Amino acid sequence: MSLKHATPMLDELEKGPWPSFVSDVKRMAAKGNRMCEDWLGLMEMSYRDKEGHWKHGGIVGVLGYGGGIIGRYCDRPDLFPNVAHFHTVRVNQPASKYYNTEVLRKICALWEKRGSGLTNMHGSTGDIVLLGTTTDQLEPLFYELTHELNMDLGGSGSNMRTPESCLGKSRCEWSCFNTQDVIYDITNEYQDALHRPMFPYKFKFKASGCPMDCVAAIARSDCSIIGTWRDDIRIDQAAVKAYVAKEIVPHGGADGRENRGFDIKAEVLDLCPTKCMEYDGTLKINNKDCVRCMHCIRVMPRALRPGLDTGATILVGAKAPILDGAQLSSVVIPFIKMEPPYTEFKAFVEKVWDWWMENGKNRERLGETIQRLSLREFLKATELEPDPRMVNSPRFNPYIFYDPETVPGGWEHDGVAFRQRHQA
Amino acid sequence: MAFDPNNLMKDRITDIGPPKYDTFFPPIIKENFGKWKYHEILEPGVLVHVSETGAEVYSVRIGSARLISIDYIREVCDIADKYCGGYLRWTTRNNIEFLVSDKTKLQPLLADLRGRGNWFPIGGTGNSITNIVHTQGWAHCHTPAIDASGVVKAVMDELFGYFGSHKLPAQIRIALACCLNMCGAVHCSDIAILGVHRKPPFVENDRVQNVCEIPLVVAACPTAAIKPKKVGELKSIEINNNRCMFCGNCYTMCPALPLADGEGDGIALWVGGKVSNVKSAPMFSKLAVPFIPNEPPRWPTTVNTIKKIVEAYAEGGRRYERIGEWINRIGWERFFEKTGLEFGHEHIDDYRLAMTTWRTTTQFKF
Repeated sequence: MSLKHATPMLDELEKGPWPSFVSDVKRMAAKGNRMCEDWLGLMEMSYRDKEGHWKHGGIVGVLGYGGGIIGRYCDRPDLFPNVAHFHTVRVNQPASKYYNTEVLRKICALWEKRGSGLTNMHGSTGDIVLLGTTTDQLEPLFYELTHELNMDLGGSGSNMRTPESCLGKSRCEWSCFNTQDVIYDITNEYQDALHRPMFPYKFKFKASGCPMDCVAAIARSDCSIIGTWRDDIRIDQAAVKAYVAKEIVPHGGADGRENRGFDIKAEVLDLCPTKCMEYDGTLKINNKDCVRCMHCIRVMPRALRPGLDTGATILVGAKAPILDGAQLSSVVIPFIKMEPPYTEFKAFVEKVWDWWMENGKNRERLGETIQRLSLREFLKATELEPDPRMVNSPRFNPYIFYDPETVPGGWEHDGVAFRQRHQA
Repeated sequence: MAFDPNNLMKDRITDIGPPKYDTFFPPIIKENFGKWKYHEILEPGVLVHVSETGAEVYSVRIGSARLISIDYIREVCDIADKYCGGYLRWTTRNNIEFLVSDKTKLQPLLADLRGRGNWFPIGGTGNSITNIVHTQGWAHCHTPAIDASGVVKAVMDELFGYFGSHKLPAQIRIALACCLNMCGAVHCSDIAILGVHRKPPFVENDRVQNVCEIPLVVAACPTAAIKPKKVGELKSIEINNNRCMFCGNCYTMCPALPLADGEGDGIALWVGGKVSNVKSAPMFSKLAVPFIPNEPPRWPTTVNTIKKIVEAYAEGGRRYERIGEWINRIGWERFFEKTGLEFGHEHIDDYRLAMTTWRTTTQFKF
């Protein structure tokens, strides 16, 4: 097929066994999609120059929203006029990305009519990302999205960003709370924060149903909600024996299904980080010592299950490096029951936001504000009591900011009496 | 009711949020919500989840490019209509899962997927290298140092044998971000591919005062390398290049400070991160290779270096041990030895908290 622009470098990416985005876009271009044609040309030029050719986003959007659309313009409209304007539309995905083909076909039809036909399924934050349209298409697209698809835009800029969850109880036996419901609930509760910038910078929520953290909440969300439990791991002793007797494939088949001689001591007991397990024909777990890492559960999924007193640990402050370096989230609520209507959790969130909006600098993520002003100030603002579970260790420097109220007489000295006791 | 360009407020619907999460659940998922008992991987890319009710759902996982067209999505829909009652889902790592409740349709689905060329590779489960999460790169971003989709394609082509197999000690999660901004937070990945700049921005004095807020640009620099400067009649800024650490934050604030450069930009590789709490705590990825030149269209040096790291781990890692856990056991000096990678000044941290990474013990290996 002969396309508008030759793409000798991109064509190299049609080779090999992995699906080729180049073949996919070329197929669109061959059908006469002019945006795809010029996108290929622009991309080929980037490959040649080893530099991107998109400009900073301009301010575009739909009426009444301060996010959800990212303006995008190419820097060579003279050569590639059909991608001169190539804005991104972020559409809030259904939690954990289940679809039926009816709604997907509607999205495709909408994007065929109103944009380039190129998408990301999905963006890093979780949105359906529609890549490439012009300003005049935005309002009609938004109208059709809300009226015909019953869908809405996601977040961008200094907004709450589109919250995301793992698939939770819908298809996982380990989820300690209904991740999808929490995410659906807060997404709706805080639509204003999602669509209208009101924060110092972006704010992300992610919910994982268990400590395996399939949506990487601990690494990339300002507020990480990670499922856990407080009682004992449930044990099916007959199933444990079946694993030991090599009647069940260990590790759920994750390292193959051939019988490799499962060794419960080497593969489970010795790898337990707190060594809280024993096996003498019966498996014993000292649950007081368990840190719920889930290794044993993962290796013997038919014998062991999380406990029944389930909830979540709340951690805050994760972010990528810009600007003060990457941070993981830190524990601030070791355990909270996560049940509708999530009143206690939302009260916490609103205290966090009040403090951050009051104290955060422009483009400062929550984790950075906490670093600058201290975890202690954060705990005071959110009315949380200090707990050893919040730290890896107590401080090892002696520079404590004492509260004058905890010192008899506060910060006042009696200088006269001092000099009566001590000559200068 | 149709869109009226002259009256945007007419019938306007806003702030309705996403469809409720169970709107598109297949019946078997709806019926067994919260009742799942256990799951197993039957073969690479094929999972079965078993409910307390005895119901079973089969999930067939396939790798996808993330940057996909509506034609591709329509083909995916055709497949889901034929075998899955019209239901499917995406994973957080850009894989697609076809959910099959009728076991007799499982083998026909697998055969169909295999018969459609290289569009639908089956795998990404268990101890595999699953799909690479990544950013936009040259496809659609204004600050990238590298492309994203092309690098991912080249790396996955080379590591393809690991996608559809379970032969590694544990899973490997690879992620790519095309600049330090890391919109695809890659900093806790087993292997992270990161686009980096090496030349400080140049200042377009004739544009700065028209397109930038100078105080915001000055405040944006984490090392205080930027100060205001008057150039003739023009209000502009000046950069102390020796202080620049190439984060690009000033360019985000001010388009008149470009730092992208075909020869200056390239790839850094990071290893040993994880987010799961299994066995060990979550870890950041650490620097393995500070710079590899941009080599479009197939980035051979990057691809070969990643392959070298994967092969050293595949040989030395113990069962259940992630890359970071393997390195912690053998020590970084051994990691550089076994991978043949060079260790240099760039590997020794000199930013905030640098000292926490220096060796403060006499325990190390010769």
